Amino acid sequence: MQLTNLTIQEASELLKTKKISSVELTKETLKRIHDVDKKVKSYVTVTDDLALKQAKQADERIAKGENITPLTGIPFAMKDCISTRDVKTTCSSKILENYVPQYNATVTNKLADAGAVLVGKTNMDEFGMGSSCENSAFFNTHNPWNLNHVPGGSSGGSAAAMSASLATFTIGEDTGGSVRMPAGFCNVTGIKPTYGRVSRYGLISLVSSFDCIGPMTRDAYDCATVLEAIAGHDEKDSTTYNSAVPNYTKNINKSVKGMKLGIPKEYFVAGMEAGVESSIQEAIRTYEKLGMEIHEVSLPTTQYGLPVYYLLLFAEASSNLARFDGTRFGLSKSENAKDVIDIYLQTRREGFGDEVKRRIMLGAYALSAGYYDAYYLKAQKVRTLLRRDFETAFSKVDILLAPTCPTTAFKLGEKTSDPLEMYLSDIYVVATNPAGVPAMALPCGFSNDMPVGMQLIGKHLDEQTIFQVGHAYQQVTDWHKQLPLI
Amino acid sequence: MTQKYEPVIGLEIHGELLTNSKMFCGCSADYGSAPEPNINICPTCTGLPGAMPVVNKKATELAALVGLALNCSINKHNTFARKNYYYPDLPKGYQISQYELPIAEKGWMDVNAGDENQLKVRVRRVHIEEDTAKLSHEKNYALVDFNRAGVPLLEIVSEPDMRTVEAALDYATKVRAILRYLGVNSGDMEKGVLRFEANISVRPVGSDELRTRTEIKNLNSFRALTRASQYEIERQIKIYEDGGSVLQETLGWDDVRGVTISQRGKEDAHDYRYFPEPDLPPLQLSDAWIDSIRNQLPELPEAKTARFISDFDLKRSEAQFLTSEKSLADYFESVLSKSKSPAKAVHSWIAGELMRYLNESNLSIDDLTLSPESFAKLIDMTTEKVISGNSAKVVFNEMVKSGSDPEQIVKEKNLAQVSDEGFILETVTKILNDNPKEVESYLAGKDTLLQWFMGQIARTTKGKADPNIAKELLLKGLEERKK
Repeated sequence: MQLTNLTIQEASELLKTKKISSVELTKETLKRIHDVDKKVKSYVTVTDDLALKQAKQADERIAKGENITPLTGIPFAMKDCISTRDVKTTCSSKILENYVPQYNATVTNKLADAGAVLVGKTNMDEFGMGSSCENSAFFNTHNPWNLNHVPGGSSGGSAAAMSASLATFTIGEDTGGSVRMPAGFCNVTGIKPTYGRVSRYGLISLVSSFDCIGPMTRDAYDCATVLEAIAGHDEKDSTTYNSAVPNYTKNINKSVKGMKLGIPKEYFVAGMEAGVESSIQEAIRTYEKLGMEIHEVSLPTTQYGLPVYYLLLFAEASSNLARFDGTRFGLSKSENAKDVIDIYLQTRREGFGDEVKRRIMLGAYALSAGYYDAYYLKAQKVRTLLRRDFETAFSKVDILLAPTCPTTAFKLGEKTSDPLEMYLSDIYVVATNPAGVPAMALPCGFSNDMPVGMQLIGKHLDEQTIFQVGHAYQQVTDWHKQLPLI
Repeated sequence: MTQKYEPVIGLEIHGELLTNSKMFCGCSADYGSAPEPNINICPTCTGLPGAMPVVNKKATELAALVGLALNCSINKHNTFARKNYYYPDLPKGYQISQYELPIAEKGWMDVNAGDENQLKVRVRRVHIEEDTAKLSHEKNYALVDFNRAGVPLLEIVSEPDMRTVEAALDYATKVRAILRYLGVNSGDMEKGVLRFEANISVRPVGSDELRTRTEIKNLNSFRALTRASQYEIERQIKIYEDGGSVLQETLGWDDVRGVTISQRGKEDAHDYRYFPEPDLPPLQLSDAWIDSIRNQLPELPEAKTARFISDFDLKRSEAQFLTSEKSLADYFESVLSKSKSPAKAVHSWIAGELMRYLNESNLSIDDLTLSPESFAKLIDMTTEKVISGNSAKVVFNEMVKSGSDPEQIVKEKNLAQVSDEGFILETVTKILNDNPKEVESYLAGKDTLLQWFMGQIARTTKGKADPNIAKELLLKGLEERKK
């Protein structure tokens, strides 16, 4: 039995019955990280000492039979944009290369309280800006299914680590597909919850009104387990929902028979890789066999999803990144500085990568006097239309199914010269973030030996249905069980 | 100022809100009594990555209270916005403020226009924002203290409705009084809890155009507001007289040299790139909530003035003096309720002796230990002629020093006024007999000597003789000597 390949559900059962210990499981995981991650390069920081300490505490908790949760003793990795006290949190940016937070994100605290074991922080596109992890200021992460290919982004490290069994689950963050797109590329299951379902406190913001922290796991059941642990109202984040978090796993086995599955026609357009399209069609047939009604629906504003998403991203990000000024934390460059402006300029010139600078400039421009109405305000209005598209669709169906990306994982370096080409890889995943609705990516096949992902998009706060429908599929397919040979 | 021009003045008033905690985090807002820099701080108010703001409920209540006191309507749906600019005292690189939908707007205030006329000054908006950190500039570097960063601020913006410096000063004074009445701001200008910004333009009298204006920032006293406005009006008039044109710019005020100084011109004006703060949902205020705030409104200076005039038969100027501070008005009413004397007498004691004493000892009305009961007793003793006005002053000085009961002091110092005609007549007769020359001069027509005789009587009796009886007997004695 290879402990690192276990699901949360399986590992938790073995821990509770004391067939294995968390220290054992954690050591196995750390060993595999040190062996395999040389090739994958999914971790920015590995927290060996902290992990072993937490694993020991988890074992004590289990020994005493006190306060055991499904995550007690389970090793996990977290995207490096979520604050961890005393553990470097870099956003894969030079400007935060040596930044050690003084406080924990709410999600970090919740997972620690549940008894989960942090084994490290994962690589990402700098500040979440990218779709391939190639914008990390440190190094590229490789797709475990083919090391010449990208893992997707921006949560590429979390996806690759999960895929290569370098943690039992990982935490990603999805601003415009950053959990789902790499999940699809790496053959893992990952959810972007409803906006406001999981606290953002301590998450280093990219786009405050889009950012959603979400788990990446082996299957839908595990995803439900982790979301249940991290979701909920947080008095430190005024944008979180007050409503109670349902017990997602309790009803996950309910039949999907008779439920209505919507297929948005705008998501099936020319240019989709043939193997991707056939895998998606096959998944639709699987649901038909499971007794779901299949309906074609329309999300007419889809074509504006990408420009709306990027415009609002540029605008908010330009403001969110203003605090990185070299005066209080992180990189600070002041050699021969004449004045404070000089310190800002030197620090930011050296600290930010090209894509970050590009987006800050575009954002500042879009918010400028005289352009605000034409760009920011217009984009906000179209955002309302995007949201209405989903509302209209959900008045007819229970859930939507769509691909996560028009292609499978592309090669490293293939799209780095053309930012627009890179932006287009997010075309299927971005619209859900401005709309705020939840969506989960899950494996549904292979095309040219690379994984294909599909996503299930649900109503506001209806993660329950997404898990149920995803779980039903994974009960009759085994795509999610396929592991890369690495 | 020549008669040809009139100024057009609008004011922005920035005041800190007296809350326990900061606007968007739980840190103490009391930076004034922090023993050292950077101790009342947390990830939120120092702008650490990932930290988020949470709205201070109390600050919202206080802001709404001010809005209602300034006759504004409260926006039931109001939003926060980011004002983006770089400065080391602004940790996030943006200030959370309110822009498109402030908590309150469209109010008004009655002010004295400098003559007998009352002027209605429109209040454009009242909005909430956060204060910046404090910078200390050293020779080659600057230090930042974040204890003040994130302290709640209120900005009150008037329309450009004022046409005289006096009106602007009165508006500022009244807004300050209201903030103090509401207990939302101490009004302590020396500590910088209240600052003014004046927007000024001038135009020919009779014109209704709005000409290019300048903005004088950071005026931190009424004196600075007055002097800076006067200076700026004259400066602009001179430019027009010389055939020039006024440039739109932001000015500072040099209090020592008494001049305004250009800080930045229109072309250097900041583009703050305002947009809605995505970390905070809009504030949704219910009618019930607004009503509950309205119910907390105390009687405000204007209403109190009107009541004092109608109930106590005071002059407008007297009533306005008494209501200029809530504690002064409260003290007045408290003394009056314990006194049998008319309000006018209580007013003149407060405006006279009490104010003299407070000014001389550099105290405020809140520091006063003199109880309203004792003060009322003293005033009554003078109106009932138990003691003379001069003796009363002696008693007053003793009371504020020792806190003793006025009756006790009168007894101890033997100051009770004598109304015994026999005793007074004896004194009068003696003085007339001892001063034949003065009697002669008086009878020859030098009427002013009457006062001199009264003075002699007061001195001889140590002020105890009832002045009315004394005067009557004196005139009678002089008349007799005519014959």
